[in-house]
Amino acid sequence: MQMPDRLDDLYRDIILDHYRRPRKQGLLPAPDLQSTGFNPFCGDQVVLTISLDADGRISETGFEGEGCSISQASASMLASHLGGQTIEEAEALVQTFKGVMQGDELTEEEEDALGDIVALQGVREFPIRIKCALLGWTTLQDAIADYRKTQGG
Amino acid sequence: MYDIAQVRKDFPILDRMVNGVPLVYLDNAATSQKPASVIAALVDYYEQYNANVHRGAHTLAMEATMAYEEAREKVAAFINAPSPENVVFVRNTTEAINLVAHTWAAERVGAGDRIVTTEMEHHSNLVPWQHVARTNDAELRLMAVGADYTLDLSDLDEILSPNTRLVALTHMSNVLGTITPVKEITEAAHRVGARVLVDAAQSVPHMPVDVQEMGCDFMAFSGHKMAGPTGIGGLYISPDVIEEVEPFLRGGEMVLEVTYESATWSRPPMKFEAGTPNIADAIALGAAVDYLSGLGMEQVREHEIALTGYALERFRELEDVETYGPTDLSVRGGVVSFYMSGIHPHDISQVLDSFGVAIRAGHHCAMPLVRSKLHVPATARASFYLYNTEQEVDVLISALRQTMEYFGDADARQAR
Repeated sequence: MQMPDRLDDLYRDIILDHYRRPRKQGLLPAPDLQSTGFNPFCGDQVVLTISLDADGRISETGFEGEGCSISQASASMLASHLGGQTIEEAEALVQTFKGVMQGDELTEEEEDALGDIVALQGVREFPIRIKCALLGWTTLQDAIADYRKTQGG
Repeated sequence: MYDIAQVRKDFPILDRMVNGVPLVYLDNAATSQKPASVIAALVDYYEQYNANVHRGAHTLAMEATMAYEEAREKVAAFINAPSPENVVFVRNTTEAINLVAHTWAAERVGAGDRIVTTEMEHHSNLVPWQHVARTNDAELRLMAVGADYTLDLSDLDEILSPNTRLVALTHMSNVLGTITPVKEITEAAHRVGARVLVDAAQSVPHMPVDVQEMGCDFMAFSGHKMAGPTGIGGLYISPDVIEEVEPFLRGGEMVLEVTYESATWSRPPMKFEAGTPNIADAIALGAAVDYLSGLGMEQVREHEIALTGYALERFRELEDVETYGPTDLSVRGGVVSFYMSGIHPHDISQVLDSFGVAIRAGHHCAMPLVRSKLHVPATARASFYLYNTEQEVDVLISALRQTMEYFGDADARQAR
C-alpha cells in the first residue's frame, strides 16, 4: 500500500511542521484582543489572544487549540505571522486568506504578505477541509470585532 | 448460507472507484448504501404511477395509495407492530422523536416530573428532551454509561422515581455500538407508570427488532440507515398510547371533517401525516424492508457480529490505537469508534479517503459522550453493514498503519 501523492498537496511539510511543533502556544495573561473559535461540525477549537503596543500594533500573540492538523497548523502559522501588524493590516490579511481559500489568484504583493501561509493553498483541493484552515482566521475576525465594540468603534 | 459476494452485487455503488481505488464504505452508521431494488422502486414510482395518495379516484392515484399503504404494512410487519396503523411515516428518527416531544411529552410531562434518558444518546434523543424539560419545568435525568460501555443499571430503581413520565433511550449507541437492554428497562419503567421511547435508528437496520416483545410505547427509526432512501423514517406508536397523542402538524390529509371554525382528525396513522407525504421514499423503504427480510435479519446480525469480532481483533494489532465499546459481541453492534494517539480523527479520515476507505470523524452527534466520557475531542468511527467484508477490514487496518507512518511514530507525536 503506497501513500498517494495527492495528499502531499494538503499535508505540505511546513504544515506538518507547524502541527507537530505549533508556534505561539499558550494564552497571553492580559490580552487586548481575544476570541474562541469553534467548529461544531468536527469539534475543532482555537482560542486566540493578542496584545497591542502603544502604537496599536500587534506586539504578541498566543493561541491554544485542539483539532486536526490543518486547523491547528493554520492557527499556528497565523499567530506567528501577526507580529508588528496593525489591526487593519491583520484584517486585510484575513480577507486575502479567505480569498485564497475561495480560489482567488494571488497578486505578488498578497503572496509576499502571506509568506509561508501560502502553503495552505493546497487545502483548496479538499473543500471539506477549508473550514478547518479558516478556523483561526475567523477567530481573529471575531476578536477584532469584539475589540472594536469595546473601543466604541 | 449468507452469500456475501451475491449481496455485494445487489449494491451498484460498491463497484465504484474512489481516488483510483475501490470504495471501502465503512460509514454505515451515518447512512447505508442502497440495493438496486430500492433504486428501481423509486424510478418505477416516478415513471409509472406518480400521483398523490388518499385522494382522487383515478388509476394512478389508486396505485400510488396502494403502494404507499403496502409499504406501511411491510414496515409494520418488519418491526412486528400489531397493526400498520401503529406506524407513522416521518422524515427520519429526529422528526419521529420531535413528534413525540412536541405532542405527547409537551402535554403529559408536567412541572416537577422526570424524563430519563442516557449518557450515550445521539443529540436527536437528548436535545428535544432538554427542551421539554426546560419549557415544562421538568427534570432531565441521565442513566450513566459504565466502565464497560454498557448502561449502569445499578441505580435504576432510584432513577425511575414515581414521577418519571418518560424514559427515552437508544437501542444501539451510534458511537459505542452498545446494545441496551430495552426490554428490561421498559418493564421497569412501566412499573412506575412511565412511557418508553426507543431510538432504534442503529438497531432496526442491523438486527431483528420486535416492538411487541420489547414492549416500548414509541420507537423511532430512519429509512436511510436500513438500505432505504433518505427523507423517510418511521415512528411506531403502541396501541396503549396512541390515543394519548395529539397531531403534530395540522392541515390537509390528516382531517376527518373541517368547518370554518374547527376540525376533527382522521384515525391514526393519517392523523399524524399532514400534507402530501414522501410517497416515493416510503414505497422505496418498503422495497428496502423486502430486501432485508429476504436476507433475514438474523443472518445480517450474525454477519455483522463476525465482522465486528474480526475488526476488533485486527485493531488490537495496532499500537497506540484505543477502541471504545463493549467487548461482549452479544451486546454490541457493528460500530468501532477509535482514537489514535496524536493524530486527529479528521486527518485519519482524510488519509483513509485516499485509500478509498470512507469512515466518519468527529463527535458523531454525541458531543457530551465523546468529550466527557471518552475524554477525547473527537473519534474516528468505522461502522459496518451487511455488505462489508473481512478484506475491507484488512484494507482499513493497512491504511491505518500508513496513516501512522505518515504522521510519524507516536513518541514523536506525543513529544510535540
